[in-house]
Parts: sequence; structure tokens; C-alpha cells
Amino acid sequence: MSKRENIRIPVSQQPFTVIQPEDTTTIGGTVSVQINEKKISVPLGMTILEACRQNQIHIPTLCHHPDLCIAGVCRICVVDVEGMRTLQTACSFPITTPIKIHTSTPMVRKARRHIIDLLLSEHYGECYSCFRNGNCELQSLAKEYGVDGYTFGHIDKPRYKVDHSSAAVVRDMSKCILCKRCVRTCIDLQEVGVLEAINRGHDTHIGTFLDKPLADVICINCGQCINRCPTAALRANDPSDEIWEAIDNPKKHVIIQTAPSPRAAIGEEFGIEAGHSFTGELNTALRRIGFDKVFDTNFTADLTIMEEGTELLNRLRKVIIDNDSSVKLPQFTSCSPGWIKFIEHFYPEYLDYLSTAKSPQQMFGALMKTFYAKQAGIDPADIVTVALMPCSAKKFECNRPEMKASGFKDIDYGLTTREMAKMIREAGIYLPEMPKSNFDEPFGDASGAGLIFGATGGVMEAALRTVYEIVTGREVPFKNLAIEPCRGFAGVKQASVKLDGCVEQYNFLEGVELKFVVAHGTANAKKVMEMLRKGELSDVHFVEIMACPGGCLGGGGQPIPTNAEIRRKRAQAIYAEDESLPVRKSHENPHIKYIYENFLTEGPCGKLSHKLLHTHYTKRGKFIS
Amino acid sequence: MFEYEKNSLTEEIENLVKHYGSDRPALLQILQAVQRKHKYISDFAQQEIARLLNIHPVEVYSIISFYSFLCSEPKGRNIVRLCRTISCDMAGKDKVESAVKRELGITFGETTNDGRITLEFTNCLGMCDQGPAMLVNDKVYTHLNPETAVNILNEVK
Repeated sequence: MSKRENIRIPVSQQPFTVIQPEDTTTIGGTVSVQINEKKISVPLGMTILEACRQNQIHIPTLCHHPDLCIAGVCRICVVDVEGMRTLQTACSFPITTPIKIHTSTPMVRKARRHIIDLLLSEHYGECYSCFRNGNCELQSLAKEYGVDGYTFGHIDKPRYKVDHSSAAVVRDMSKCILCKRCVRTCIDLQEVGVLEAINRGHDTHIGTFLDKPLADVICINCGQCINRCPTAALRANDPSDEIWEAIDNPKKHVIIQTAPSPRAAIGEEFGIEAGHSFTGELNTALRRIGFDKVFDTNFTADLTIMEEGTELLNRLRKVIIDNDSSVKLPQFTSCSPGWIKFIEHFYPEYLDYLSTAKSPQQMFGALMKTFYAKQAGIDPADIVTVALMPCSAKKFECNRPEMKASGFKDIDYGLTTREMAKMIREAGIYLPEMPKSNFDEPFGDASGAGLIFGATGGVMEAALRTVYEIVTGREVPFKNLAIEPCRGFAGVKQASVKLDGCVEQYNFLEGVELKFVVAHGTANAKKVMEMLRKGELSDVHFVEIMACPGGCLGGGGQPIPTNAEIRRKRAQAIYAEDESLPVRKSHENPHIKYIYENFLTEGPCGKLSHKLLHTHYTKRGKFIS
Repeated sequence: MFEYEKNSLTEEIENLVKHYGSDRPALLQILQAVQRKHKYISDFAQQEIARLLNIHPVEVYSIISFYSFLCSEPKGRNIVRLCRTISCDMAGKDKVESAVKRELGITFGETTNDGRITLEFTNCLGMCDQGPAMLVNDKVYTHLNPETAVNILNEVK
């Protein structure tokens, strides 16, 4: 033994030796690792976090989210890797060598505790006055690690002003812990690019371009950042106080319409596993809260299909018969307000491609304050319309200046699933125990086609069921009306249906291959728009785009958390409910027939329809001055 | 900003993009070039850079806010940065600071009325053995005392 080896070298100065992988010849081989005395074999390149989760070893995470890329910024997931000088973040450490990992050493526990203490020292506010109380990831970590005091102090004044400028999203940066989930959501997942980290070190905060208020930048209000925020730094603009006021006012006739997605998800707010619909229970709960009428948004979803489908057929006729070059194809759907604001900002030159039909929510408002008000003999000024939506962008949509077709604000308040659950709890109701009841007439009976609007591809499927039958006089040639190419969570789906044996009125469509594209999430929308720009969509007729991943069921107003697994279960719940309904095609809904016979007498896309049910768009552009 | 100024700025950035490339790694070099010429990166320039590099404007703003030597607000023609780190502080930074403030009639973080000088603090310049140290634009001055510091500032155009 040489003399040198006897000298004790501090760990930090010892040379770091790289251990070669066991099998370097095949990529995709396996590595055997030891986690807490347990020997396991994992695929090469798997992160420590994934390996631990597969083996039921719990590792706390904060900045990690299954929908987003790895960041490794919060460092709460640190583990001890033998041979490493410092603790390593489990979420961003790919296993390439046979290593030994310890997930619960005194050093690891102390580090995690200190990280939580440090996060809390900068986290303004008290839990009991916070709307995320009980559903906050920072709070549950503090509980998990037994935080019993503010070791490193606690900020007693807010560092930033709360940004209330946006109609949809409220930002309270004093509660932000800089996990950057919202940044990754906005830039990577949705590719909108509103939020980024501004400044450096202690001054870092999440901000917008030039630190402008959210209403002045290109935010599309999709609310995906809210769904991913671990704390209460981001939340939707909550109108429940105003709604309570309207309910408590005996003069006001308060109407609520419920969209398909909240019903399939609201159970999660009451501790029920994802994938259970609470349509009937929700109706009873809403009546007990004090809403005068509970209507179904699916009714106007059916109406949307009639209007949008007719518009598509009109466009096809103009293009094929009249060779009218001013008519644009493909026609894009206009149901998702996030997508509308996205195209207004990013592709203002393509606004002509959008269907002019309003979203089901706004069609409903316009009908409520005209047709329904007249039928029920109520002054439209006394009607308050509330929309239960899975969406934060709907709050912006109902505040658009052009959405006043009835002469009043068509929809007064947009309410998200989370806020509805809060109101139900406030009223002392436990939703899952409610008896079931039906919607109120005449806007209560809807078809399954309206229901599946909640899932990505749903609008397309509903439209095809109607358009195909109008054109050919037969049902769509798919088993059980389930148009499988529209379903599933692939980013961009492309398929076609051949139209043959057309009825006389539509014989110009004989033999036409009706091509359609379905995309969800604005990152995929961007891909589709680039395809359009390159001319790759010239033979496509109809494009459905939803701003949120998974469609409305993954919307920004849905219960937190939302991930791929939960979205899949909600979709299953929606499709299952569709199959259970007696009427599954929009044009067969008896109330739709009734409204076209008695109110919109000129039929779909007629003059009155155009006044009440169609809208126009604003070129907004990307430039911020 | 006038339209013709915008057009010339766009042209300038287009040339920079041609020179440095239109991918993300070129961003910092383009920003530095704009900063060198205009002494700040206007919000219009930021959005043009973002457009030409196909990234989001907020990312450009984030980068600018991260680096002390890039700024998004107009500043003086000359930027004077006085080191505030501990060795300069112990070597008499305070005296230099008050002399400079008195001479120019502004505090740190401000610009003189004629737009000649902007005063700022900086962290360590690496001149700890020769403090107090000061950076005038790109040039470092060391072993300052109130008198020399004021003389240096008076020579700046």
C-alpha cells in the first residue's frame, strides 16, 4: 500500500469514477439497481422516480407533472445515490449504470424538510383563507414532512399585486413557488407562450411579456396552467358570490345550463374516482341550491350541429357547384373559446375558415333571453343565465362585446366545475348521495351527439352522424354509431367517410370522400394550421379543434389534478352515457325539430339563426405594444 | 416609435439573424448586438427577434431580464457600474458612491437628465485586490477614490 492511499481525501475531492452500464451493446437494455436494499432491474434510461414509483416506493414531487417535460427545479424529490457527492433529483436522474439509491436517509429527510421550509418562507398567505385549502400540493407535502413551524421565517406581506385583469384567470404571484409548471404548460404543452420566469435569483417571478397584465397579452384563457398549478397562485375568476346574490334575489329568474364534461368529472371533487357521471344527481343538487331552471347545454350542442352542419353543406355546395373561391374550406369548428382566441391571435388571416356558429353556451344564452323569455312570459332583463362549463375561457367568451344578440348579455356568468363543486358544498349538499332527476323542459332533452361534445373528436362525430344522414338518408356506416376514427387521444387524427347514394337534394356530393381532421390542444392546433398554410389541407372538408388536451373533459375548469389516465376515464364515462341515451343524433332530437318549426322558422342558417346563433371574429394579432 | 424606425430596426434584426443564424443559440448574440447599438432592446425589437427566431416574445423578455447587461428600458449613453461587493465596500466604496452621486445629482439606478450617464451597482468585478472598482461601459477602473472617480465621470462624453 502506497503512502498516498493512506491520506484521507474528502469525499468532495475524490475522483468520480463512471461505472459503465452492464450492457452497452444494446440500447434499451436493462440495468440492475438497488433501491433501499431492494434489487430491481429497470430499462436503461428510466428515471429514478419512475423506477421507484413502479416499485411502490413513494417519492414526493412538486415541479414534476406527467403531462409536462422534466424540470428538476423544486428539488423536493432528492435521493441519495451512492458515489455521488450531492443528493440527486429523482425526477431528472436517468439510470444508466448499476447504482445504489437510498430514498430515506437522515440527509434526504432533512434536505426535503428544509426545501419545504424554504418554499414556505416565501409563500405568502395562510392556508385557511386559501381556496386551494385541502387540495394544495405544498400543503400536503408540509403535512407529510411534519412541518410544525416556519424554520426560515414566513413572509408577512404580499410581494406582488394580484392580477385580476383577465376575465378568466387570476394570478397571485405571492403564492407562487416557482415550480414553472405553468411555464411548461404554456410554452411546451399549449405553445401559446404567455408565461415565463422573469428576472433572476430572489427577484424571480413568473411573468408575462414586459410584465403586462394578463388581459393585455396573448393569453387564450384555456386555464391549463390553473389545472397544473400546485398552489393557489393561479385560479379561475370565481363569480359564485354574484350567482348567490342572484339566487337570493326573488325577482331574478336564475337559469343554469350544464355542459357534458363537468357532469363526468364533478364527482372527483367529492372524492369519487374519475369516470363516473353524476348527471341526475347534479340536477337535483342544482335545484336544491336554488336555481329556478336546470337546462342541458347538450340541447344547444345539437343546435350547433344543425347550424354548423348546414353551414358545411352550404359551403360544399358553393365550392362544388358555384366554384365560389371566396368560400373557404376546410371549415373549422368554433365551439372552443380558447381555440377561437388562439386563432384570432396567431392566425388572424385564417378567420374566414372558422364556422360562424356560436358555441353551444352562447347559443343557449341567446335563446334563453329571446325564445324562452317569451314562452315563459318573463322579462329577459330579470333572467340571469349561468353556464356550468369545464372551461375558464368561457368566462372570457361570455364577456365578449359581440355576445349580446338578445339585447342583453347572453350569458351572465360562466362557472367552472370546481366553483360549482364549491357552491354545492357551501349549500351543505353531498352530491353523490343526491337522488337523480331530469332536466327541465323544454331545453332538457338532448341527444347523445350533444353529449359527446365533451371529448375530443366529439363535435366531429356528432356532425358526421347528422351530415351523413342528411346527405345520404342513411345512418353512418359505423357499428353502434361509434365513429371510431374520431375517438382516442392521438394529437392529430385524420380520416374520411365516403358519401354515396345521396338523396336528390345533395346529389352534387355523390362519391365525395368527406375528409376530416380532429386535433386537441393548441400545440396540435398549431400543427394543423401550419399544414393549412402549406396547402396540405386543401382536400379536407371539416376540421375540429379543441384548445385543451383531451377536449373539454380536460378543460381548465375541471377538477385538479388532471392527467392522461383521468382524461381517459372521463371520456369513457361520456361515451358510456351517450350509448345509454335513446336519441343519439342531433337532428332527431324532438325539441330541435320543435324550435325550427316554431321559432327559427327559416331553418338552420336562416335569417334569425344568423342574428342569434352566429357570430363574427376579431383579428387580434400577436403584436403587443 | 415611428414607422420608419421600426422598418429599419426590422431590417437590422433580419441582417443579424442572417449573420448569427435563426436558431435558439443565436438569441444571445443577437440580443447583445442590439444592446450594443441601441443601448437597450425595445419591446418592438424583442417581438421582431421572437418572430424571426420562431420563439415566444416572453422568452426573449425572460432572457433579457435574466442578464444584467441586457436591458429592455432606455438608459443613458454611458453606463457606470460601481462594485458593491464586500472587498470593494471595505476599501471605501461608500465614499466613492456619495461623491459620484453628489457630482451627478442622481442616485444609483437613475440616469442624468441629459442622458449622458446611468448609475448602477454591480456585483463582484473580480478586482477585489484593487478596490474600489468601477466599470464604465466596457472599461474597468480600479483603486478609485472620490476624486479620481469624479474625474473619470467628467471625461465621459
